Amino acid sequence: MSILDYLLGKRTKTAAVAKERLQIILAHERADRSAPDFLPALQQEIVQVVAKYFPIEQDEVKVRVQRHANYAVVELNIALPEPKKAAQG
Amino acid sequence: MAKTIVVTSGKGGVGKTTTSASFAAGLALRGHKTAVIDFDIGLRNLDLILGCERRVVYDFVNVINGEAKLNQALIKDKRLENLYILPASQTRDKDALTLDGVSKVLHDLQHEFECEYIVCDSPAGIEKGALMALYFADEAIVVTNPEVSSVRDSDRILGILAAKSRRAVEELEPVKEHLLVARYDSRRVAIGEMLSLEDIRGILGIPILGVIPESPGVLQASNIGTPIILDDENPAAQAYSDMVDRFLGEELPLRFLEPEKRGLLKRLFGS
Repeated sequence: MSILDYLLGKRTKTAAVAKERLQIILAHERADRSAPDFLPALQQEIVQVVAKYFPIEQDEVKVRVQRHANYAVVELNIALPEPKKAAQG
Repeated sequence: MAKTIVVTSGKGGVGKTTTSASFAAGLALRGHKTAVIDFDIGLRNLDLILGCERRVVYDFVNVINGEAKLNQALIKDKRLENLYILPASQTRDKDALTLDGVSKVLHDLQHEFECEYIVCDSPAGIEKGALMALYFADEAIVVTNPEVSSVRDSDRILGILAAKSRRAVEELEPVKEHLLVARYDSRRVAIGEMLSLEDIRGILGIPILGVIPESPGVLQASNIGTPIILDDENPAAQAYSDMVDRFLGEELPLRFLEPEKRGLLKRLFGS
């Protein structure tokens, strides 16, 4: 940082950066905290069931919970393989 | 009914033991019979901060295991007649603590020793020792430094208080939370180098019990084994005194939030 920046007051206020970073990371961590902890098990069992019928990998199933005022949505996203591949499998 | 207060933080080195020692001494100084318990099994230090390390014979774990009576392990402070210290064990590990054992010690401190306040000095971390220290708490003093990792860990501890304390498990009124910001440097806050009190309060969302200014006196008090609160001249001591008064219900304005005006000479040569 140059003396000119310093004199012109262009110095980055690191405290402001710290505050913003904390606000973002803590919002994420608090959301994880309130997420029901059966989700990993649920995800694994869904993978097992789907894998009976489609050749899928663990990471092709995404489970997400969205909390609203008085209800929550469990969103399930399964990327199925190309039909041709599925026929072979 | 005795009140059990945990002094906690998640992160290490933020001033939990310094705070526990001064908070307990402050309560005792105001005439309240107070016991302070070191929950840091294996890393005992409250005894050093309070200057009673050479008087430790039995400890918290001895009492829990029935190897010593509570009155044999409790150390009566030499300066303050209402202050009692229960040191941690230095040789065992934290698995020596059990909920039943801790519960019985707290019960006996209240009913046999008629303590009004029981201060639990938590170890760092979120493992067994820390969980045991916070489990029975009615109130919690969360010690935070104006620094990102400390604020994050405090938030984590607040989550644990809300989920794993006895009051949470038994669905009672929640643990009353207080924020204590320690090592606050108002000069660095003023020039945007350090998170401000308002920033921290806004992020953690709990009421402020006190702000302890960064002060060389804190290290010096630890050198000689005196809780800093007893050093009347020191700003950190005054801030701890205010914090104890606020805890007991007094309404006092926060001090030491503005940088001290310093002359040129003091800037050049002063500390």
